[in-house]
Order: sequence, then structure tokens, then C-alpha cells
Amino acid sequence: MDWTAFRLSVALGAWTLLLLLPLALWLGRRLAYRPFPGRGFVEAVVALPLVLPPTVLGFYLLVAFGGLSPLGRAWQAVFGHGLAFSFEGLLFASVLVNLPFAVQPVRNAFAAIPPQLRDAGAVSGMTPARVLLRVELPLAWPGIATAAVLTFAHTLGEFGVVLMVGGAIPGETQTIAIAIYDRVQAFDERGAAVMSAVLLAVSVVALGLTNTLSGRVGRRTRDA
Amino acid sequence: MPEAPAAEGAAAAAQGRGLEVRLEAAAPIPLDIAFGCAPGETLALVGPSGAGKSTALRCVAGLHRPSRGSVRCGGATWLDTAARLDLPPHRRAVGMVFQDYALFPHMTALGNVAAAMGHRAPAERAARARELLARVHLAGLEERRPAELSGGQQQRVAVARALARDPAVLLLDEPFSAVDRATRRRLQGELAALRRSLSIPILLVTHDLDEAVALADRMCLMHRGRGLQTAPPAEMLARPASAEVARLLDLRNLFRGVVERHDPDSGITFLRWGGRVLEAAHAPGFAPGGTVDWLVPGSAVLLHRRGRPSFGERENPVAGRVLDLLALGEEAQVTLDIGDPGGGTLAFSLPLHAARRNGLAPGEDCTVSLLREGIHLMPPRGPVP
Repeated sequence: MDWTAFRLSVALGAWTLLLLLPLALWLGRRLAYRPFPGRGFVEAVVALPLVLPPTVLGFYLLVAFGGLSPLGRAWQAVFGHGLAFSFEGLLFASVLVNLPFAVQPVRNAFAAIPPQLRDAGAVSGMTPARVLLRVELPLAWPGIATAAVLTFAHTLGEFGVVLMVGGAIPGETQTIAIAIYDRVQAFDERGAAVMSAVLLAVSVVALGLTNTLSGRVGRRTRDA
Repeated sequence: MPEAPAAEGAAAAAQGRGLEVRLEAAAPIPLDIAFGCAPGETLALVGPSGAGKSTALRCVAGLHRPSRGSVRCGGATWLDTAARLDLPPHRRAVGMVFQDYALFPHMTALGNVAAAMGHRAPAERAARARELLARVHLAGLEERRPAELSGGQQQRVAVARALARDPAVLLLDEPFSAVDRATRRRLQGELAALRRSLSIPILLVTHDLDEAVALADRMCLMHRGRGLQTAPPAEMLARPASAEVARLLDLRNLFRGVVERHDPDSGITFLRWGGRVLEAAHAPGFAPGGTVDWLVPGSAVLLHRRGRPSFGERENPVAGRVLDLLALGEEAQVTLDIGDPGGGTLAFSLPLHAARRNGLAPGEDCTVSLLREGIHLMPPRGPVP
């Protein structure tokens, strides 16, 4: 068992959640309510990581991180090292790759709230912030929790993009999924088996959690 | 503890003059309407679906913004597009009951009511919410969630929540449409009792005329965003302002005739209708020779007893043949063919035993009187031949 890789994966998952969840809350809620010009385009961009081969995504990220792109140059100037093959670069890629897993459950959860409930909150004297806090978030939380679980589990398992933009630097960019690949390459089947079992367990628990939570989303909608 | 909604409503109404609304919009829902509602008064907005009733109500609440217009209530201005003033819903003192109640599903009945008490100190909210729930006959059900309440009970929670804000106006959007008939009648009775204790304007949106008649002091008939007539319900049903109003109210016994002449001394306007001349209540506003639409309510149709014509039956006697006789409980609904040139029929109802005694049955001949005071003349609608 490669605990360094495991800790790195958990750290990557946590950081991804921390950055992605607020973004997903804002974007998912925005997409769920009123239509706006370009909504279809935004939805397509959010869903893109689902259909794009990870290597393609990884390739473009590498280009974007490189010394020839404005992003890569700016990062180099501020932090003194490149984004590619660094934890920060990996985190950046992870946030992008997980967009659909975070945004879509949040969007569905907000869309399932009957609009009259927000109206009812407003005519009950609640400010928009209070309606969000007292009505929308309590009703949408199973969807938000689903987004968090899916994002975290998917971050632990992501392979292609991580390999492309991170390489496999132990302690910096070698996640547990990459470590399993390395173990198999080194004919260490026992090590690979232990780590695979850990990832399997995490995935089963994650799916169980999301199923339970999405069941709650349905129940609350029926209640309304 | 004093009844705060009533007391504060009265204070607000004493300063202002109830609710005054003027709305104009072209799209998405056309609106061109003005109405007012005094403190303690119930105004029903009625009309076919798509008439803009609910949109008008949402404009008052601040949930919809008209292109132009103003909303003033209890001395405060909530909307004045000319002055670029448009308060959001949470800053307008409205209480609103939604068609499907829109209760917060994750809160108890008590929580729903207390949620609308942001203006009160947290310590007094629960007690006040209990008081309001008791007032709508829900004492003991405070801890139930909406899903654990019947439709009628949910409606009562919605009413209590609307009052919880101590509103300056109560807005009811089809509040009885989602419950069964028996529950509806009970809830309407409760609302009638409740509104006597409220001294704020009440706006009721409904497509059910009977509901408007039962609950409203005045009603405003809306069609395509415009107010066609505003009057007490009984008056509008007896004297619609136009044939269009009569049609929208689904009034029967609507015919077309020509004003023959006026006789101011005897208070009679003579009306030519096909080959007959009828006496109608004096209506000097219609020029002799002019085409009019006219209406006689079923209550002004008098059946002649067989072989025993009496004095009152000399008024506008009209012979006809029974087309249909429908027994509804103890009432009989009779439709007569009376030879109307436009092909209209005359409908009225009478006690079933009276229909039997007079031998009314489909195909039978009979004679009725159209009472002069009941005949109502209106400007004609549509093409005049």
C-alpha cells in the first residue's frame, strides 16, 4: 500500500471539492433557474469532460500550462515554477474534469424545487439570501451532497488526465490510481491488489451514498 | 395578545385608502387594468383562464413587473414605474395564498407559519404561530409536515402563513381549486368568517363565479388583461354592462331586439323582438330604432298556470314549447323554444313539484311572462343585421 499516493489522492479530492463546490453551487443554480442567452453553450462546455477522451483534455491542458501560453507564463512569473507536472496543475485539471460531476447534480437539485416555493419565501418576507438559506439549500442539499461524493470519488479514480498533466512524481503528482498502474508495470500484483481493493471500496460506498441521497431528492419533490 | 393583523391592518388602512392598482403591459401577458379595494373589502378578479387575473395578483405581490403602472397600499407606494420605484416582494406587506399552497415541504406546519415572521422577535414567533394555527382550526397539528396534512389542512396552513406577516393586503390565488367540493364549501365558510375579523383589503382570484358571489363584495370581470366591468356580484349578474360581459359570465336568455319607443310617463321602454313587442324597464339611454342585446334572468321568468291566467301574467306573455326539462334535486331546469329569431332559447328553473303540477314535459306547450323590471338592455355586440 502506497500511503503517500493515497494521502496525495485524498488531498487532491479535498482541494478539488473546496474549489469546485462553490463554483458548482453558483453555476448549477444559475443553470437551473431562468434561461439566459448562451445557456445551451455553457451546459455543453460543462458536459464536455464526460465525452472527451482524457488524453485530449490532458493534451490541451498541457498546452495551456506550457511556457507558450499566457496562463503558463503568468504562473511561472508569480510562483517561479511551471503548472505542468505540479500539484497545482493537477488540481486545476481535476477541477475541470469534475465539472459535470459537480454541476449536474446541483443543477438538477435546484431545478426540482418548485418555483412557487421561492415566490412563497419572498412573499413571506424573506430576503433572497434568506430564501436561499432557509428554503433552497435545505431542499437541494441531497443533490449538493451527491455532487460532493461523486466529485471526491471521481478524483480518486481519475487516471488519464492525471497521467498526462501530472506525470507520476511521488509525493507531488502520483495519485493512487497512477500508483496502481506503476505497481502493475513493476509486476507487484499484491501491492496493486491492495490499492485496487481500497479504490473499489471507496467507489461502492460513494455510489451507495449517492443512491440514498438521490432517493431523498425524489421524496422531497413529491412532498412539495 | 391582540389580533395583530386586524389591528395593524386597520391602522394602515386608516392612513391610506386600502389598495389602489393600475397595471399596463403588452407582453408576455397583456394587461390594461385599474382597480381598488377598500380596507375590509373583498374584491374578486374573475374571468376565463388566460385573462391575466393571476398575473395582476402577482404584480401586486411584486412577483411580476408590469411595463407601466402603480401599486399603492395602506398609504405606502410599492410600485410606481413613472418614479422608477419597484419594491421587491419581501419589502411589500402582502400575505399570499398560492393555488397549490406552496408550503415549505421540509418545515412543520408551525415552521411554515413562523418562517413568515421575520419581522417579529424570535422569542415570540412560536407562540404567535400557534395562535394563528388555532385560528384556522389546526391546533394540535403544529408538528405535522405538509405531506402529512390533507389538502384542506394544507390550505389552512397557507392562510395562516399569509396572515403571519401581518400583511396590509391579503392575496388569494384560486385558493379553493385544489380541494374536493365538500372541503371547498367548508373552507369558503371559514374564509367568510375569517374575513369579517380582518380589516385589510382582500383580493381573490377565481374562475368560479359561485365562489365570487359567495365571498366577494365586488367583482371585477377580466378578459384579455382588461377589466370589462366591476360591480357587486348580484348586480353584475343581473345587469351586465355589455353582451360580452353576459357571455363571459355564461348568462343565459340573451336575445337581440330593436328599441321601439320610450314611454317615460309609465316608465316603460318598448322593445321589438321578432314579431313581438315587449315592455322593458325604462332605459332612455338607448335611441329608438337602435339594435340592442337584451337579457332576462331566469328569476324574472314566470310560468303561467294552466287555464288560470292571473293579473301578473299579463306582463309580456310569451308562448313556447318545452325543449328540455332537467330535474336537479328538487329543482327543475326548463328550456323553452320561444321562437327567437336568433335561434336562442329561454331557460329558467322552478320547483320540481310546480313543473309536475303544470304538466311540463318535453314537447308540451306553455306560456310564460317575462317580468318587465327584469329585462335588461345592453349595447349590441358583434355585427348588427
